Amino acid sequence: MNITHLVMIAIGSIFLNNFVLSRFLGICPFLGVSKKLDSAMGMGMAVIFVMTLASVVTYLFFFYVLVPFKLEYLNTIAFILIIAALVQFIEMFMKKNMPSLYSSLGIFLPLITTNCAVLGVAILNIDTLWPDGSHYNFIESTWNGFTGGVGFTIALVIMAGIREKLEFAEIPESLKGMPIAFITSALIAMAFLGFSGMKIM
Amino acid sequence: MNFMQNFMKGFFKENPVFVIGLGLCATLAVSTNMLNAIGMGIAAAFVLLGSSVLVSAVKKVTPNDIRIPIFVVMIATFTTIVDLSMKAWTPALSSSLGIFIPLIVVNCIILGRAEAYAFKNSIWDSAVDAVGMGIGFTIALCIMSAFREVIGSGTFFGYPLFGPEYKGPLMMILPPGGFLMLGLILGFFNWNRIRKEKKNGGGK
Repeated sequence: MNITHLVMIAIGSIFLNNFVLSRFLGICPFLGVSKKLDSAMGMGMAVIFVMTLASVVTYLFFFYVLVPFKLEYLNTIAFILIIAALVQFIEMFMKKNMPSLYSSLGIFLPLITTNCAVLGVAILNIDTLWPDGSHYNFIESTWNGFTGGVGFTIALVIMAGIREKLEFAEIPESLKGMPIAFITSALIAMAFLGFSGMKIM
Repeated sequence: MNFMQNFMKGFFKENPVFVIGLGLCATLAVSTNMLNAIGMGIAAAFVLLGSSVLVSAVKKVTPNDIRIPIFVVMIATFTTIVDLSMKAWTPALSSSLGIFIPLIVVNCIILGRAEAYAFKNSIWDSAVDAVGMGIGFTIALCIMSAFREVIGSGTFFGYPLFGPEYKGPLMMILPPGGFLMLGLILGFFNWNRIRKEKKNGGGK
């Protein structure tokens, strides 16, 4: 285990390659749930939770089931089924054992199954290689899932904060709604582009 | 609805990206140049055609309660076929599209058409609808990437347009340019709709 690797992953997936603003993963919830700050926070927490768990389960499944049986090419089918089952399972577990958490996060969980950020992080975990050609290990994958979720939440919360103010702005008739949301995200993405000058290594 | 209407509706009138607003992740990510756009469009259209035909063929024996998981497995199968074929025959394109080939699985256009159209219509109609929608998605990608490639790097399909001296705003081919371009195009579609509504309202 290597602390520098973990720091590099964290800075990479929160700032340099932010899941929403630079990798374009999870655009639908980013635009759909960013109208209110509260629901943006709730969705963000749910995504962090699911992305971390999905990273753990898909990593173990890939390296301990698919690789020994030489079935690596089935990864897309296996991952999407694992994620769908996992989300369903989390929902049932939460409903039974943590009703208070369920009432705040529950409504966001079904939306997450088709969130490409979750499948994206599962695929990135097994595809990304370090410069020396080795795969992410188990802890690095889990950490990548968690920090990816944090990056998503940061983008979502910034966006929700701006959109709450935007309600009171005078926008040209034809730019109302989705178009102005995209132009706002362009400006946020431009700000995040500033981080790309950072050299970590 | 006759054959041509069914086929053409996906092009502009019900364009999956610009009018319905589906499949935005892939649209933003791969529209940096024309080659990527066409490659992605064809890959997605193939998956869309295969899954629509299959969903429509098994609609009578599919239990209603578990239809979504069944659709997802079918879509994932076709995505894997496309992924492996592209890795074998067009390795350069496959590596430049990268993670977005396997992510066709979660592209909402495909599940959306399976759920909204193919599950209720005949095989032939679903196939026509799927090809039309696939072309509509490709058109959307091409419009986006034509603007981004010409403004951002001054080339079209890789051929330089403005001579070697041209230094475009690099921002257009970086992520913010994708957001900005899509926002402006959606704004144009809105403007056009409002203008038509006003015209029709004035005539009455």
